[in-house]
Amino acid sequence: MSASQKMLGWIDARFPLTSTWKAHLSEYYAPKNFNFWYFFGSLALLVLVNQIVTGIFLTMSYKPDAALAFASVEYIMRDVPWGWLIRYMHSTGASMFFVVVYLHMFRGLIYGSHRKPRELVWIFGMMIYLALMAEAFMGYLLPWGQMSFWGASVIISLFSAIPYVGDALSQWIRGDFVVSDATLNRFFAFHVIALPLVLLGLVVAHIIALHEVGSNNPEGIEIKAHKDPVTHIPLDGIPFHPYYTVKDIVGVVVFLMVFSAIIFFGPEMGGWFLEANNFIPADPFKTPQHIAPLWYFTPFYAILRAVPNKLFGVVGMGAGVVIMAFLPWLDRAKVKSVRYRGPIYKSFLALFVISFVGLGYLGTQAPTPLLNDIARLLSVTYFGFFILMPWYTSVEKTKPVPERIPE
Amino acid sequence: MKKFLVSLLLVLVPLTALAEEEGYVDKAPINLNDYASIQRGAKVFSNYCLSCHSANYVRYETLEQVGLTADQIKGNLMFAADKIGSRMTIAMRPGDSKKWFGITPPDLSVEARARTPDWIYTYLRSFYRSDERPTGWDNTAFSKVGMPNALWTLQGEQVLKGPVGADGKPEFVMLHPGKLTPDQFNATVGDLVNYITWMAEPGKMKRMELGVYVLLFLGLFFVLTFYLKKEFWKDIH
Repeated sequence: MSASQKMLGWIDARFPLTSTWKAHLSEYYAPKNFNFWYFFGSLALLVLVNQIVTGIFLTMSYKPDAALAFASVEYIMRDVPWGWLIRYMHSTGASMFFVVVYLHMFRGLIYGSHRKPRELVWIFGMMIYLALMAEAFMGYLLPWGQMSFWGASVIISLFSAIPYVGDALSQWIRGDFVVSDATLNRFFAFHVIALPLVLLGLVVAHIIALHEVGSNNPEGIEIKAHKDPVTHIPLDGIPFHPYYTVKDIVGVVVFLMVFSAIIFFGPEMGGWFLEANNFIPADPFKTPQHIAPLWYFTPFYAILRAVPNKLFGVVGMGAGVVIMAFLPWLDRAKVKSVRYRGPIYKSFLALFVISFVGLGYLGTQAPTPLLNDIARLLSVTYFGFFILMPWYTSVEKTKPVPERIPE
Repeated sequence: MKKFLVSLLLVLVPLTALAEEEGYVDKAPINLNDYASIQRGAKVFSNYCLSCHSANYVRYETLEQVGLTADQIKGNLMFAADKIGSRMTIAMRPGDSKKWFGITPPDLSVEARARTPDWIYTYLRSFYRSDERPTGWDNTAFSKVGMPNALWTLQGEQVLKGPVGADGKPEFVMLHPGKLTPDQFNATVGDLVNYITWMAEPGKMKRMELGVYVLLFLGLFFVLTFYLKKEFWKDIH
């Protein structure tokens, strides 16, 4: 027995190191047919780590003070060695987090990864998504530019639409009558410690829940239904490590190429990742002509604006997010994957994608009567996808699903 | 394939730049590799701008990155500071300037990123004489602007020739020519805007240069990881 084996034995007698490694990596059997869409889970984890590490370094020089915040960001950009890189990695990471998370969620949607027995995986994922939205929203206030200030003002004021307690509630959130130093300081606290802790906890829960039931795959076939009679290993499964670790590294490198191209050649992404107005320090006395949240919130912002009544707009916006959590129970089809579904589901799915992307675009635009009408149409389409789902998924005839994953 | 197209759409949507109509703008002659232009612009900036407008986040020594020596910076550009590491601050107090102009002149450190170089280039050349304004100046790119034409000795005094046409491009008539011909003046403002653009992110060119190496490295790394994956996956299918 070598020294390292002895060492490992010593640890294993006191901590489940080898068994954890086996349970989650070397003997976690994942379906062998993962495709392009399965890169985004590990990429989301990568971006999370990127945000935490770059965030720690930003915190070393950032000042959460309304009089100093804007200048401290420029100090990081100019005077802190490699500060510009850290800052761009963080600001680009925020948007890319949503890019990979939206693609990850879409993967779940098309292959039925939210369906029984993975409902809790989906629910934890939705909670991650909510926490991520709060994290991004609060982080966006910190550079203390015009869009930081006015974006936060608009969004917090939405709470005042709630009857009776609304005004008191939005005041309580701000800690002041308007967005101010007090707001900045508490958002900083939430952004750097409270929400990251929640996010990390939820990510662990998401992965534990996933590894309990096993991964879905593009066929929507349960690989655990056919195990080797002797070893009890799923016949269509392969160990996550090394097969998917080496595969995910390829995905990571491709992602890093896109990520680096943005950071080094266009960190503003034409105003989509860093808005021009946010290079103007926050000024409570000067309202920008056009206030829009960053692109990852705009589908829901468009729903909010499409409803003529403020309270119902807020309800609609919230419902637009929350309704996704009910997908596992809205979908009544006998099959999971889109590959075995009929044209009705595929049409609804296409309409859903069009409505989500369309609303996202409209949310960035200044409202006009025509655009408002389009936003209303798309909002109805968006909700129609979910609300009509129990009906169209149960009436549609699906194709037979094979027992084993086809070669 | 269809799924791939949908995913591509999701990724590409952010690439279509936000289209914002903001009146007529000319194209600014920006070239961040033209150090001579940036140096000339810095001189115009410190002579004509840096008494009302600060550039608080920019240090004078940053100009060494565009080929100036510490002595050149001290001798030609530093009027308000004595240390090369000082920031480009001004003596004018925000409260005073607010009283005088109706607004505190904004800090210009990152103005080019907030306004775009093209807009600044257009704005600085679009001042015209107007009796309706307290300063005697108005601007087609920024109507009822608080700022007077700081470059009028160079540009001269012009008035607006009738209402702005359908294409939005305003036309001016020169009343009294300035020290520079119109072409010289355009070139000078071009240098100034080139400097203001450079100052908004002095590390931009270095950043892009570094990006090339980063992508080259990742390209090589991709080949390596691709074949590593292929090697492992030989025994699967």
